[in-house]
Amino acid sequence: MYKYDSYDQEMVDVRVEEFRDQTRRRLDGTLAEENFRPLRLQNGLYLQLHAYMLRVAVPYGTLSSAQMRMLGDIADKYDRGYGHFTTRQNIQYNWIKLEEAPDILADLATVEMHAIQTSGNCIRNISSDQYAGAAADELIDPRPYAELLRQWSSFHPEFLHLPRKFKIAVIASKTDRAAMRLHDIGIEIVKNDAGEIGCAFYVGGGMGRTPMIAPLINPFVPLDQLITYSEACLRVYNRYGRRDNKYKARIKILVHEMGKDEYTRQVEEEFAHLLTQGIEPPIAELERIIPHFADPAFDAATSDDLDLSDPDFKLWVDNNTVAHKAKGYVIATVSLKPVGGIPGDASADQIRLMADLARDYSFDELRVTHAQNIVFPHVKKADLYTVWQKLDAAGLSTANLDTIGDIIACPGLDYCSLANARSIPVAQKIAERFKAQDRLDTIGELKLKISGCINACGHHHAGHIGILGVDRKGVENYQLSLGGSEGADTSLGTITGPGFSEDGVVDAVEKATNLYLAQRQEGERFLDTYRRIGMAPFKEAIYG
Amino acid sequence: MVETQYRFRDDEPVTDPAVTVDSFGDQTNAASVRIEPGDDARELLPFLDRLRLVEVNFPSFGDGRGYSSARLLREAGYEGELRAVGAVFVDQLSHLRRCGFDSFAPNAPLDPQDAENAFNRWPDVYQATGDGRPAIWSKRHG
Repeated sequence: MYKYDSYDQEMVDVRVEEFRDQTRRRLDGTLAEENFRPLRLQNGLYLQLHAYMLRVAVPYGTLSSAQMRMLGDIADKYDRGYGHFTTRQNIQYNWIKLEEAPDILADLATVEMHAIQTSGNCIRNISSDQYAGAAADELIDPRPYAELLRQWSSFHPEFLHLPRKFKIAVIASKTDRAAMRLHDIGIEIVKNDAGEIGCAFYVGGGMGRTPMIAPLINPFVPLDQLITYSEACLRVYNRYGRRDNKYKARIKILVHEMGKDEYTRQVEEEFAHLLTQGIEPPIAELERIIPHFADPAFDAATSDDLDLSDPDFKLWVDNNTVAHKAKGYVIATVSLKPVGGIPGDASADQIRLMADLARDYSFDELRVTHAQNIVFPHVKKADLYTVWQKLDAAGLSTANLDTIGDIIACPGLDYCSLANARSIPVAQKIAERFKAQDRLDTIGELKLKISGCINACGHHHAGHIGILGVDRKGVENYQLSLGGSEGADTSLGTITGPGFSEDGVVDAVEKATNLYLAQRQEGERFLDTYRRIGMAPFKEAIYG
Repeated sequence: MVETQYRFRDDEPVTDPAVTVDSFGDQTNAASVRIEPGDDARELLPFLDRLRLVEVNFPSFGDGRGYSSARLLREAGYEGELRAVGAVFVDQLSHLRRCGFDSFAPNAPLDPQDAENAFNRWPDVYQATGDGRPAIWSKRHG
């Protein structure tokens, strides 16, 4: 894991003091709310329906146990004893007092954490593959490049007031687990024919009300030009991105309206100019960062056997663990989607328990996934039963990863001032309807995602089944879409037809899954069957 | 006429009224220009030799185009005065400085102590932006 040096620590400490000063000026009236707003947003502080919400950055989703423990302690000390893990691998607290926010940032700084640029029209937290450094299928660990970008994008003076928010993801695996092409910039670390490592740049993806899949604009940017190329992409966007209409201000609209080729031409022109400006950190800086992400000391002699005689344990292993690159280890995911729970929520005690388990059984490391779950990246098979028992005792052993019970949902109208409809009750009703374990297992992989408004924080466009809450004449109404995907085969869902009531959409989801079960061929997931047979039979089943 | 509250230069201030970017090329005796949001600062690059003052207008706190305009001019070698005017507030000062601005004419005067704090806020910086300050990576690697 990356450890701060004195410079990194100084940067977060100064930020705490800056925000403390800004808060003081806000509270004494020197600073108007209009001008305080963008400043607090750049520190992750939103004004929600009931209170302030603070979003804390988890760079590329990686946490140490000490950091995780602090997140639990903050939930107790400043919130109501729980936190909410988000689709951008961050955590947010929903009941924050403005006057305490500087103290929270100060507490976070003691464990090398912050809330820098987790909101606002600036470059947001860099996200990545939650299995980085552990997955059997990755080219290299993408996180050193994400860390290089984190430092470059933190307080970048030219890009703090962009037309709109800007999200970057970095991956290094063909199996895209980070929805890379649905980001403003998606970077895939690749190897060229000469065997050199570089970056493929995808620019102009996004969800929101106009979902777009990012086109490839440069298949190979050398590693020692990564920052310069990123800067060129941002500068062209800052120059031309629309500022007249916030719904058309994301870079996806610019790339779409200007055309991929013209955008690319301008980026290349700016890039050629910026290469003369000496803004790129030397390769020595990357070489300094890379060892921070070295493999932990895996035990080569550990047994590769796993005793699966306990059927409940076997179920969890089958559903919630995946292959690790080291023999005798697995990657284990803790589902934060218990039936009846709020997707992504964890109590302070649960957060601290996961911190302890990571310390004792996963080389002190955890990951947050964009599906709002927690990963222990490096667990010995020999320890796995113990880990599972402890999770089970804390209500954290739900065996539903990537099933219809593992729902992504935004906070919706229960918390969010932007929402048109509630998301959480719909997620809860669907989880309840499909709670029988044999039913989950029969249906298999099915990614269901719910957003409470068109901003699409719940990623509904990318759900195998997507649900969008809208307001229709003062009544909550839910649109259903099918066929979205966020993986290497990224696609956007198609709306089935007229919307439904809250209970109606749960019935419609059940009809869709019933049709899938009736129509599927050997080995097909829901998404595969949908892609083979198309929308018509699903429409028939849902509305007929 | 809005007062220039801060100026980090020793030369004589330019008193000529600023002309628009559109007309600067044709007005061969003009030495000062005002960049409005949406103007392309690159249009000024052929005239850098007679340019002595560039005002960049910030229409609102959140409009960040002026930051790019400033860097672009400095990168092209412009050494004259670069003045941020309009919606200029305390919390932008250090970032504006980093992008090459060396004078500031806010719509409303800034609190001197708050501004002083803001100018001196960051002892170190993560990026090289052409303002002469070494990036942290350059300090790390000598």
